[in-house]
Amino acid sequence: MNRFLIPGALLALALVYPLLVQSLPVYERLGALVLLGAIGASAWNIVGGYAGQVSVGHAVFFGFGAYSSVVVYTHLGWPPIAGAPLGMALSVLLAAVIGVPTLRLSGHYFSMATIAVGELVRVLSSTSEFLGGAQGLGGPAIPRTVFDLSFLSAMPFYYIFLVVLSLLLLLTWIIERGRMGFYLRAIKDSERAARSLGVSAGRYKLYAYMLSGAFAALAGSLYLCMFGFVDPDSGFGILISVKMVVMAALGGAGQLFGPLVGALILVPLEELSNSLLGGQGAGLTFVVYGAIIVIIARFLPSGLLSLLNRRKVNRVD
Amino acid sequence: MSLILVQVIVSGLLLGAVYALFSSGLTLIWGMMNVVNFAHGDFVMLGMYSAVMVWTALGGGPFAAVPVAAMLIATLGVLSYFMLVRHIMKGPMLAQILGTFGLALFLRYAAFWYFGANFKTLPDTLVGGSFVFMGLRFEGSRVLAGAMGLGITLLLHFILTRTAIGSRMLAVSEDATAAQLMGIRPQRMQALAWGMAGAATGIAGALIANFFYTSPTVGETLAILAFVTVSFGGFGSVLGALVAGLIIGVVESLSAYLIGPVYKDVIVYILFVLVLWFRPQGLMGKT
Repeated sequence: MNRFLIPGALLALALVYPLLVQSLPVYERLGALVLLGAIGASAWNIVGGYAGQVSVGHAVFFGFGAYSSVVVYTHLGWPPIAGAPLGMALSVLLAAVIGVPTLRLSGHYFSMATIAVGELVRVLSSTSEFLGGAQGLGGPAIPRTVFDLSFLSAMPFYYIFLVVLSLLLLLTWIIERGRMGFYLRAIKDSERAARSLGVSAGRYKLYAYMLSGAFAALAGSLYLCMFGFVDPDSGFGILISVKMVVMAALGGAGQLFGPLVGALILVPLEELSNSLLGGQGAGLTFVVYGAIIVIIARFLPSGLLSLLNRRKVNRVD
Repeated sequence: MSLILVQVIVSGLLLGAVYALFSSGLTLIWGMMNVVNFAHGDFVMLGMYSAVMVWTALGGGPFAAVPVAAMLIATLGVLSYFMLVRHIMKGPMLAQILGTFGLALFLRYAAFWYFGANFKTLPDTLVGGSFVFMGLRFEGSRVLAGAMGLGITLLLHFILTRTAIGSRMLAVSEDATAAQLMGIRPQRMQALAWGMAGAATGIAGALIANFFYTSPTVGETLAILAFVTVSFGGFGSVLGALVAGLIIGVVESLSAYLIGPVYKDVIVYILFVLVLWFRPQGLMGKT
């Protein structure tokens, strides 16, 4: 019972959060952005955290999701959210295409290869007329039906993102406790040892990569629904990939709530200080942002959640 | 072969030598302590700003800027080693990405805050404009950058493979404990590696600034190029970075000329993925 206490309390707090900050739309928006960041980072966490395959190219999937959503609007007139399943399906296929050659690489080489693939896709997207080239594409400017998900406040998005994040974390939790979770952790610790014990490492890494890609695509689709616009940099830019890695690593990679903790810290830091200091201080904001990341990496190399786990080790149940 | 094609290949080689130089620092660190420095591009960016500062504040050309940039960025490298890298290199790979990326953001936005977002360029005439040699047109700044890039990369390779200090550094990279038992101080060697890498990177930046715009975010583009060059050449191999840099330079200029400037990066990335497919350890990497 104890095990469900903290997640349950978190969920309850998350459910009432918009009521607590009702008078301030800024905080509703902030809440939605935190959840969106957590969805992306949790998606990355499946392959990057649990399986230890540090992809720095997940923007490929994020961008595929965002572009799928906008393309079904511009070319077919459908509501953007209808593109989400398409983006997820395409991302699973794409993950297989990228994963088969790159997952053979180990350590830094895999990361570098994913960076290169990400940049390749970004450059290609900026030359594609179908995708709007370097200018990008916009979703519906005026909502036609409720399915266009154009809302005056960020609150509906907040709840949509909360549902998606809860489902994603539930799925991750099921994986974590099941056979696949043990396989992935074994691969992370030592791929050779895992193989020698009969784990099909290649196949399970690919499964994790495909699943991770599908949810990163969903994050992209949701991003497009909220912001209504995507261009090569906001869809496929390397910063999108790096942010997923940094959020997960900051909170604690390979842990269920690690990405959420990372998002809870990084997103408000970015958003609030930007709005407080305005355009002028923007540079200085990110100097502080960078310094905080450096300090956490220096003193808590396994992420913030390692603070809690350190205590847990000492306790004898 | 038409003269234009020769011209394209020669300018590709000159550019490639610069790629080699700014990648050699990254490969040195990567090979010696298995750390990928995500702030590498921002080290280059600060090298470029050093050249801009030397010109605007002192009116000095590249021959003044090169030593200044080398010293400044070498200091930055050694400081980064002692204050950050030393502590995170034993940790998980993610901690290295987190730490060096945080450093990258810190440096990038410190530059943004201090120098402003505007692009800065150095005057063309600083390095003797352009000249014609054997029917080929050369820009002085690019010839200087290419020649110095080639020279310093080879010098770095020579230091690492043919001198006592290079052997000591190699010993630390192979087995730090064993090296320590032989009377080598690992931390000193690793700090030295960061200093050397920083100097090479700073020089590369100071040379690039003569023909490339300088802005706080230029490091991002350059870092990706350096990552590709280093993985292409094989980690830890300065010679590999040189060969990979030259190949990438030539492939870039040829594809920009034959297919179109937009596709030059596409071709380079495809080539890179192919190399990783057939030779995952890179051209000259150890297995």
